[in-house]
Amino acid sequence: MNRIQNKLLENKKLLSIYFTAGYPKLEDTVEILQQLENSGVDMVEIGMPFSDPLADGPTIQASSQLALKNGMTTDLLFRQLKGIRKKVSIPLIIMGYFNPVLQFGVENFCKKCAEVGIDGLILPDLPLAEYEEHYAGIFKKYNLINIFLITPQTSEERIRKIDTASEGFIYMVSSASVTGSSSGFGDEQESYFKRIEALQLKNPQIVGFGINNSKIFHQATKYAKGAIIGSAFIKVLSDEGKAGISSFIKSIR
Amino acid sequence: MNYNVNEKGYYGEFGGAYIPEMLYPNVEELRQNYLNIMAEESFQKKFHQLLKDYVGRPTPLYFAKRLSEKHNTKIYLKREDLCHTGAHKVNNSIGQILMAKRLGKTRIIAETGAGQHGVATATVCALMGLECIVFMGEIDIKRQAPNVARMKMLGATVVPATSGSKTLKDATNEAIRDWINNPLDTHYIIGSVVGPHPYPDMVARFQSVISEEIKTQLIEKEGREDPDYVVACVGGGSNAAGAFYHYLNQPDVGIIAVEAAGKGIDSGESAATSALGNVGIIHGSKTLLMQTDDGQITEPYSISAGLDYPGVGPMHANLYKSGRGEFISITDDEAMEAGMQLCKLEGIIPAIESSHALAIFENRKFKKDDLIVVNLSGRGDKDLDTYIKHFNL
Ligand SMILES: Cc1ncc(COP(=O)(O)O)c(C=O)c1O
Repeated sequence: MNRIQNKLLENKKLLSIYFTAGYPKLEDTVEILQQLENSGVDMVEIGMPFSDPLADGPTIQASSQLALKNGMTTDLLFRQLKGIRKKVSIPLIIMGYFNPVLQFGVENFCKKCAEVGIDGLILPDLPLAEYEEHYAGIFKKYNLINIFLITPQTSEERIRKIDTASEGFIYMVSSASVTGSSSGFGDEQESYFKRIEALQLKNPQIVGFGINNSKIFHQATKYAKGAIIGSAFIKVLSDEGKAGISSFIKSIR
Repeated sequence: MNYNVNEKGYYGEFGGAYIPEMLYPNVEELRQNYLNIMAEESFQKKFHQLLKDYVGRPTPLYFAKRLSEKHNTKIYLKREDLCHTGAHKVNNSIGQILMAKRLGKTRIIAETGAGQHGVATATVCALMGLECIVFMGEIDIKRQAPNVARMKMLGATVVPATSGSKTLKDATNEAIRDWINNPLDTHYIIGSVVGPHPYPDMVARFQSVISEEIKTQLIEKEGREDPDYVVACVGGGSNAAGAFYHYLNQPDVGIIAVEAAGKGIDSGESAATSALGNVGIIHGSKTLLMQTDDGQITEPYSISAGLDYPGVGPMHANLYKSGRGEFISITDDEAMEAGMQLCKLEGIIPAIESSHALAIFENRKFKKDDLIVVNLSGRGDKDLDTYIKHFNL
């Protein structure tokens, strides 16, 4: 069994954190991962920076740009993550756009993920149909779980299809927006979360996008298995650096 | 071999829809409906009526006698520069605004580089009374002030794209992000044969009126439907797609695509995607694009803002890869000279994009009795500043 699947069996609401590898400093990756685990985070999405992050708002755009400027590359990320499983045991997911993976070679990329101990991938611009036709076999071979997104606009028919294709959790995008919007959750989200809960999907759901404080975290996890914080965590890193990690995580729980 | 799109949205290995799930409902709605809507008699009637009465089509197919003599061959110019708003871009904007209305959308977004597509889209939005938001790189806003003013006069809101390199590719990113944020009422009028399927095919079909007209006009003038060669410049590739469209599957008609070499292919400042790019994903399409070994998209350069795009539409990637199309790249200087030559020989001031297509006659020899159609995609009014600087006018 994969670490993600094991984690999902735990009888608790999961807190997952996204950060951009290579930000704020090029060599921060491993230390941030360790601190997140020590602060009680359940799972981490390691963001691979991309020049053209279509689904991201200004915060993650800026962290990606700086990370690239710092010199982050796919190859360097794998070098940094070498040996990470001696230090960190929570599930690790790589999140990024498909083009850098394609350039690295999809098989080569998956192989490296398996070597360093990555458990899953979130590639928002790799569509379901392409994944199933060309890449599902490779992901399986390296025991990598592919995480798909759904949004408030995703039809029930498509959600069911995605549920069938998924083997870990479903990434539930909280509202129609890019990452980092912070308008809070209202009736619209509540009815969306309830609607999805009522579908009784085989995969648990973890909510992401727009979660920036404890109140919203608890709203999100009232119906879902967990929640992912990205932009708000990046802001902590840019304002307070790594010293701010532990108190931020405690403030969420 | 068939060079049109296949039922899965691919041209050979290129195309597809590599989009985040947030865009899926809108792109899927378009994919399921665009062919049926375009086939409706009422749609076709409105589209062609507007092309005729508003855009001023058919545009002339003009025999360029002095240019032909100079290059010792037979050159016709397809006069897209005479379209309302000054370039071929409006053909697509008209088609897509009718599509948007038919889909019940009330808010229009677009990206623009030089401002031609932004002006064309602002124009059709004024015509239809729809809200129009145009994303434009902060740097391009400074470079293309007259077109920014035009869009504002036409009632559009121009939003500066301040992310990334602050030019066309970033304006496109911003338009896509806006569409993610506004999934219900908004249609994205993309300005070239780029983006996720069905955009490349839909835009090519709207632009295909260019080669449809060339066919009838050549019969009138030459007693034959087919030239020996069709030539067009390629930024994203929409004017070229329109000029090539009805000849794609006729191997006896040569297809020549002209890209911007900028300061030279090996100068590090170029936009010649076929020469410098490799396979990747940009703006939802698998195609050729300029990128680093690590898969980061790089910033192209051309003196002509309309050719300053790091990718090329998937149709053209396939024309290149399959060898069906001949790809030539032209430097800034060569294009500027060819533009000036057209002014002097034919009394036509071309857009610098189009000047790239005209410049091939200095580099590539044709036979005396070859019949060549060059798509003159736009007029040079918008480029006067660049002409003035380049030639110290
Ligand atoms: C006159 C003209 N020609 C060509 C282009 C390039 O676009 P495409 O390759 O889509 O025709 C532009 C784009 O702005 C243009 O304004």
